[in-house]
Amino acid sequence: MDLSLLLPLLVPAMPFAAFLILAIVPPIRRTGRGAGALSIAAIAVSFVAAVIVWHSGFVGERTWGWIPADGGPIATVGVMVDPISNAMLVLVTLVSLLVQIYSLAYLSDERPGALGRYYTYQSLFVFSMLGLVLAPGFLQMFVFWELVGLCSYLLIGFWYDRPAAARAAVKAFWITKLGDLGFIIGIVLLWSATGTFEFSELFERAEANTLAVPGLAVIMFLIYLGAVGKSAQFPLHVWLPDAMEGPTPVSALIHAATMVTAGVFLVTRAEPLFALVPEVMAVIAWVGAFTALLAATMACVEGDIKRVLAYSTVSQLGYMMAAAGAGATPAGFLHLLTHGLFKALLFLAAGAVIHAVGTNDMFRMGGLFRAMPHTAIVFLIGTLALAGVPPLAGFYSKEAVLGGVWEAHLTGPFLMLALTALLTAFYMFRAVFLTFFGRAHAGGHPHEAPWLMRGPLWLLAVLTVVAGIRLALSGAEAHEATPGWLPPFSVGLALLGFVLALAMYQRGVIDPARVARALAPLDYLARRRYGLDALYAGLYRGLILGFARVIGWIDRYFVDGILNALTALTLRAGDSLRHIQTGRAQDYVYGVAFGVLLLFVWAQLWRR
Amino acid sequence: MIGLSSYLVLAALVFSIGLFGVLTRRNAVGILLGIELMLNAVNINLVAFARFHGDLTGLIFTLFTIAITVVEVAVGLAIVIAIFRVRRTVDADRLDLLRG
Amino acid sequence: MTIPLLSIITWSPFIGALLIMFTARHSPRAVRLISVVTTGISAVLSIWIYVAYERETAGFQFYEKVPLVPPLGISYEVGVDGISLLMVLLTSIIIVAGVFASWTVTVRSQEFYALLLALVTGVYGVFVSLDLFVLFLFYELAVLPMYLLIGIWGSTGEVRPRGIFAWAFRETGVGTKEYAAMKLTLYLLFGSAFILVGILALYVHAGSASFSFLDFEATAFPRGLQRWVFLAFYVGFGILAGIWPLHTWSPDGHASAPTAVSMLHAGVLMKLGAYGVVRVGMGLLPDGAVDLAWLVGTIACVNIVYGALSSMAQTDLKYVIAYSSVSHMGIVMLGAATLTEVGLNGSVFQMFAHGVMTGLFFALVGLVYEKAHSREIGKMGGFAKMMPGIAAAFTIGGLSSLGLPATAGFVAELLTFLGSWRSAHPWWLFPAVAGTFLTAIYVLRVVKQIFWGPPSAHFHDLGDARGPEWVALVLLVAVLVFFGMVPGLAIGPIDTATVPLLARIVSP
Repeated sequence: MDLSLLLPLLVPAMPFAAFLILAIVPPIRRTGRGAGALSIAAIAVSFVAAVIVWHSGFVGERTWGWIPADGGPIATVGVMVDPISNAMLVLVTLVSLLVQIYSLAYLSDERPGALGRYYTYQSLFVFSMLGLVLAPGFLQMFVFWELVGLCSYLLIGFWYDRPAAARAAVKAFWITKLGDLGFIIGIVLLWSATGTFEFSELFERAEANTLAVPGLAVIMFLIYLGAVGKSAQFPLHVWLPDAMEGPTPVSALIHAATMVTAGVFLVTRAEPLFALVPEVMAVIAWVGAFTALLAATMACVEGDIKRVLAYSTVSQLGYMMAAAGAGATPAGFLHLLTHGLFKALLFLAAGAVIHAVGTNDMFRMGGLFRAMPHTAIVFLIGTLALAGVPPLAGFYSKEAVLGGVWEAHLTGPFLMLALTALLTAFYMFRAVFLTFFGRAHAGGHPHEAPWLMRGPLWLLAVLTVVAGIRLALSGAEAHEATPGWLPPFSVGLALLGFVLALAMYQRGVIDPARVARALAPLDYLARRRYGLDALYAGLYRGLILGFARVIGWIDRYFVDGILNALTALTLRAGDSLRHIQTGRAQDYVYGVAFGVLLLFVWAQLWRR
Repeated sequence: MIGLSSYLVLAALVFSIGLFGVLTRRNAVGILLGIELMLNAVNINLVAFARFHGDLTGLIFTLFTIAITVVEVAVGLAIVIAIFRVRRTVDADRLDLLRG
Repeated sequence: MTIPLLSIITWSPFIGALLIMFTARHSPRAVRLISVVTTGISAVLSIWIYVAYERETAGFQFYEKVPLVPPLGISYEVGVDGISLLMVLLTSIIIVAGVFASWTVTVRSQEFYALLLALVTGVYGVFVSLDLFVLFLFYELAVLPMYLLIGIWGSTGEVRPRGIFAWAFRETGVGTKEYAAMKLTLYLLFGSAFILVGILALYVHAGSASFSFLDFEATAFPRGLQRWVFLAFYVGFGILAGIWPLHTWSPDGHASAPTAVSMLHAGVLMKLGAYGVVRVGMGLLPDGAVDLAWLVGTIACVNIVYGALSSMAQTDLKYVIAYSSVSHMGIVMLGAATLTEVGLNGSVFQMFAHGVMTGLFFALVGLVYEKAHSREIGKMGGFAKMMPGIAAAFTIGGLSSLGLPATAGFVAELLTFLGSWRSAHPWWLFPAVAGTFLTAIYVLRVVKQIFWGPPSAHFHDLGDARGPEWVALVLLVAVLVFFGMVPGLAIGPIDTATVPLLARIVSP
């Protein structure tokens, strides 16, 4: 075996080992903090390995047969290491490591058993995510795709005794599963047409133009549906805001930095195939841009700080997808990486705030800058990055996305994305002003989080800045394609958003209530999430459960009813015939004698 | 010379008397006696045929039948007594546990 | 190798049953000891033959033959190929788990275990028999103890008479365990009549003085005969596999049966039906299988969707699981109907996966019922706090049933999907995929309702699984996950059996 692949294999192997130990040996799991230490140690090793792999730029592939068949295995598992997966390995292990350290403090009030369970799920998640990233084929990707979905389900439902958390977990699973139906059908069709799940083989044939698959557009669209579910694209984005019922570190890791970006990763990874079907690419771009705008409007009216960030995640995922759809996959992927950093930062900072004040509602916070300056500063850094202010990381990646979409002559999506950029700055500064500035609403004495939480925050903040500076120094390649007016334009939009937020929520120059009245229909729709949640709930209750009830009734009372009717008729027939049996032996003898007599008569007549 | 048919008529008469007894007696012991008569009618037939056909098989069969009859009576009476112990009656009309 | 391994596997439980009846009276400990030892012997030997089976040579191995009625060509003839090998392993796993899961049966436990073991001998017998007459005898042996097991140790539910047939429900005693036992037995005997007719038709037509599967296999039957005999086998065996609309015995039967019996029944006996269709139906009647594949596959699709929806409508936990079996057996039959290598591999693997999964489910439902004394899902809530182990095992079983990767259920479903798109009727793929989504809905709904949420006020002093019960749960979960991660271990041998079987179908 190729020794150079040992290191990439080590990356997912460490969290898997941690998961196995925690899952199989309950005494270790029940130590709680011990379990956390084990998990963190494993992920730390993974992180170091991932950095080495990334730094040395390994490229390689290795597969083993998984599902055998007569003519060679029909499915394989393995690892595929290339620049895309290397970058993802670092991002996933880095954010996971920081989140797991942060969780140690954030969840310190949990019972040891529950904490052990948390780290078991976390290790499983990291393993699955890494397996997804390293997947050399669609099937393995789907396998881990589902596994990360499982971890998301388990972690959203971590506080399973809260009804809201239980509901949100199930909802997340179902909605993403709905998208996955398309994914699995897509890969089944693709396999039937090409006989392989392997990326390398498919890409080779795609490049050599020998991938003559009828209906490739349909297949790729179906596969894209998986990404729609997982990356919370319209109309399957409804699960992500609800997923905020999980612990905040989970939101930071799974629902901001890593798992939700799997859809973008999928499109990036399968780019050679998607490139063959421009109509699907256009759909991806339009849907992505629309998602970005839609989510941004909902973020503007949301009062729950975590939900604002969740909508913002949906919105940014729309950005990435729009870039991918416009053919600018490197830009989308770059945005994925930078977004992973600063969105994790924002979530973790929001977690520190929630930890301190005990509520998610921004209108009950305020003036927290004094109480927790560290948190406020890192949150501000994250906000600036998200709003796209140079020289932070978000600025460059966002501009690359906008440039890519513009270059692809997708004017509609471009305008939507530009408007989104404005709204992004607006709602993020709205959150900043409501939370950290203005009058203090929160009771009690909010205090700065412990260093175990602040450390990861600062680290992420520094990385956001450093990554931005590095991009500014090194990477002009993304800029070259973009028109010169774009950077000032996007910064101007961000500035406009900032000014609006300042005027409405800090200075009080404009009354938010009046704005809401002026935009009443929009406000009404956005607050009700455009009725999509209600639509899904209605479909679930009315269509699926209603239909199930009908079928259940038919099965019990009609299909089984026919059987019971037959039974009852048989019983009735027996009931009426049984009176022949008197139970007296002599009556039976009469019968026998009479029968013999009849036989005699019959024999006599017959002989004649 | 008394012919075969005379024996057969006798046997038929005995059988009919026995059958009549089985059908009309209400006492279980009476029914048993009726069955005895019917079996003996068979015996008469067997012996008569054996005599007129000069075949000993019929006689041997008769011996078997007599032995079986004895056993049957023994078992039958035992059942009747057992029934009497339980039900305090041997009236056949009231022994209708098998009524449907 | 002269040790009759298959006979030992088959008859060991039966000897256990005899020992229990004659020696272990009034000694519950001895009863359980004998059960564990005799089923353990079978289990160890099943694993042994699984390992020792020569994958390169394939075909029927561990062959034994003893003439029973030479004039009629009836003989005791046993052997296993890749398909039956896995089924024997499945039976062993389920019965061992079942023995442990019913550790707490106290009412007439020696009769209970004796009947259970006799039943298992019947099941092993069907899987290893190569003589159709003897296969039929074993089949009946597997069905009849079920009547007593459900009728005596079962539990009674409630069904309100409604609809246009309400009058009938009032007269049949629906819901009681006696009703369920009778329904199940009559239904299965009804089916076995078809099977017997089919077997006799082949015997008479072949004119061979033998009931041997191998002799029949060498005979080419005319297409017309094949068609209706296949139909007879399909209906006969299919009833046991729960084909729609002849499936209604299964929910009532499973719901009323005691834990170990439900496990065995849904886990193994239903597979007997599917196995019969594949081995006897498709194996002997390739043309009939080709001609009627549309029927088998379409009904399988109905099964999948209809079973899942019915399951969703249930309020009784045991009925949910029972209907899920109807749904999953649809996947098994669909895989077989595709007549493709992947599909058939998926079908056989799904038999195995579903067997383990549903065995696990029924073991868990039994435990929940034993502790909560209720099967009403609506009343339960928050059980995960009190019984975390059971909750975890239930979740894993549920995930396998909705086809989550890393459990055996995923591989089986994936192969079936792949097969159905390559079959003559590609549209089968869509109901099958929709079925997995519906499964996700009803399974997670049940998990959420029972185990999550705030603890229900109706129940107190609930405990987790104990001692021997853990053995059952851990064994089943481990098998489910292990074969999900290393499916090649099972699919390798299956493939050696399905490829020749399909070769006969494609080029007769």
